[in-house]
Amino acid sequence: MPEPIQAERPQEDRTKSERAQSDRPMIEIRDVTRSYGAFKALDDATLTIREGEFFSLLGPSGCGKTTLLRMIAGFDNPTNGSISVGGQSMEGIPANRRPTNMVFQSYAIFPHLNVEQNVAYGLKRLKLGATEEKRRVEEALAQVSLIGLGKRLATELSGGQRQRVALARALVMRPKVLLLDEPLSALDKKLREQMQVELRRLQQAVGITFVLVTHDQYEALAMSDRIAVMFGGKIAQVASPKEIYQRPVNRQVADFLGGMNFVKAEIVEENAASLVVDTLGFGRVRTDKPKAFVRNGGGATLGIRPERLRVLWDNATAKFEVAGKVVERHYFGEITHLIVEIPGLEKPLSVTETNDFGADDIPVGTPIRLAYDPEALVAMAD
Amino acid sequence: MTAAAEGVPARRMTRARRNALLQSEPVQGFALISPTFLYALILLVLPILVVFAHSFWTQDYLTIDHTFTLENYRIALTEPIYRDLLWRSLYISLTVSFFTVILAYPIAYFISFHGGRHKSLWLFLITIPFWTSYLLRVMSWKVILGYNGVLNSGLMGLGIIDEPSTALLYNSSAVIITLTHAWAAFAILPIFVSLEKVDRTLVEAATDLGDGPLRSFLRVTLPLSVPGVISAALIVMIPTVGDYVTPKLVGGKDGVMIANAIQAQFGKASNWPLGAALSVTTMLVVSLMAGATVLIIRALQRLAR
Repeated sequence: MPEPIQAERPQEDRTKSERAQSDRPMIEIRDVTRSYGAFKALDDATLTIREGEFFSLLGPSGCGKTTLLRMIAGFDNPTNGSISVGGQSMEGIPANRRPTNMVFQSYAIFPHLNVEQNVAYGLKRLKLGATEEKRRVEEALAQVSLIGLGKRLATELSGGQRQRVALARALVMRPKVLLLDEPLSALDKKLREQMQVELRRLQQAVGITFVLVTHDQYEALAMSDRIAVMFGGKIAQVASPKEIYQRPVNRQVADFLGGMNFVKAEIVEENAASLVVDTLGFGRVRTDKPKAFVRNGGGATLGIRPERLRVLWDNATAKFEVAGKVVERHYFGEITHLIVEIPGLEKPLSVTETNDFGADDIPVGTPIRLAYDPEALVAMAD
Repeated sequence: MTAAAEGVPARRMTRARRNALLQSEPVQGFALISPTFLYALILLVLPILVVFAHSFWTQDYLTIDHTFTLENYRIALTEPIYRDLLWRSLYISLTVSFFTVILAYPIAYFISFHGGRHKSLWLFLITIPFWTSYLLRVMSWKVILGYNGVLNSGLMGLGIIDEPSTALLYNSSAVIITLTHAWAAFAILPIFVSLEKVDRTLVEAATDLGDGPLRSFLRVTLPLSVPGVISAALIVMIPTVGDYVTPKLVGGKDGVMIANAIQAQFGKASNWPLGAALSVTTMLVVSLMAGATVLIIRALQRLAR
């Protein structure tokens, strides 16, 4: 009898599994501060981006992510601290002599030049000779699937095509680092999702270090090897998408990356690796202690993602469950959001359930039981 | 009473129709431009037609002979004096527009790229000379360029020349210097506007792709500001061909331009048809030159790619 085909459960995180990345640092940012008068756009940031990595700087507007990107590109200079790219300090090196190239948010396609001339712009200075230059332009246009559009003017291109020209124009320079400043924010949803996949594929193919600035958490999660989440000029957490999503270091990070239910907890026991806490709704829970956990009195916060709570139908039981009552229901097509009041919890829990079993038909007011995995309850700093 | 009452529905209907007509876009458009349009028609188009008509007639002592003739054009195009004056006018206006644009560009660039929060202050400062009359500004150039003028005394004081130079005033160079200064602001503004429209990220993109400041200027900023350069050149070139105040005041006999001859024909010489023919010829030549200038600048722009 043939063995049934079964998907193997991946054991490791994307940081290690997908592609052999060297652990050599490509960009080193040490104690970088950028102040404008009393305002600090970036406050003492330290970060290492590895060679061949797809790295995202994620955060709300004004968090300093673009400032950091522009300092790597050389359009801005740190007030304090140092940046090095490929082992070479960037201090005093102007933007035009850095081994980085940028894809601008507005794409910055030269309106007086056609697609080919745009892509060849940076090559002209290298004096490669006509044949070699043409070959490289065509190679770059092929990489971004723009073959045959070389003679078009920038004004004759769609948003997605402009984006590709901007990419080709930067890639053709074969930079050590490609910097992308919110490259997908001007595209509509469908095209954006398609470009996310393509960008990731392209990065895997060329193996260049990509640094992406975005405020879209799904974009960062979908494309990156690692993400740095930033708030108010400070780097809050640097980790793989999975780690960031599943083990956010604090409430702010947890909140920024999708929904999160927060539960107040009392610390009963604390050791090097784990915490034992008492909660009102979930009882006594043992959980991993986050690396950056700083105890602040006897309290802590537990978080659980809405999709980690499952509705228990009929008489089904689970080892860990909480009981409550549906108070609100929101329909989203493939999923339904349920707001469930749990006796003892100060805030109702939000639950995301797929609609396969009829979650979209649960009437408001129905008593309900929810199953959960205690491992999904993560402790974090306030 | 009854008559008035009966009249109401009919009046209401015409009013409704009139309102619909007034609200249609073409009518509103015409209404908006009509004051200017009428003004231009009466004070610009009609006089030009009158001049055009005169150019085909003949002055017969005190009256005008209305029989059609091309004699005036023959004189305007073949008489050496008029030909020379026309050439000189074209030369002066071309030179003036060239230098005005060359001198205005850096100022416009500075205001646009480095003016910061004070852009409007800088533009305001540029208009200050226009607070005085044009005549006064021309006269002040006389003071600067004259025999005992500022420039001569300055140069003598520095020991560069021994006696005052007469080469400064009353020639075409004096006209060129004065006109270049007079038209500077008119050239700065259009160039400034086109530089303002240059997306700064394009310059950053050029830098990112390896260009230093000079290269990115030549490859991005300059080509994108060409429309401003063209309008500046035309704004200066077209009126300066026909200027007659400046040559009269600082030009001397070597700086006389075609407009002085035209003025003489309409004035002292009292030969309107010849003056008209000279005017029409000048107008045509200026249009040709303006067209050629646009084509040449565009060609240079394409070449720069």
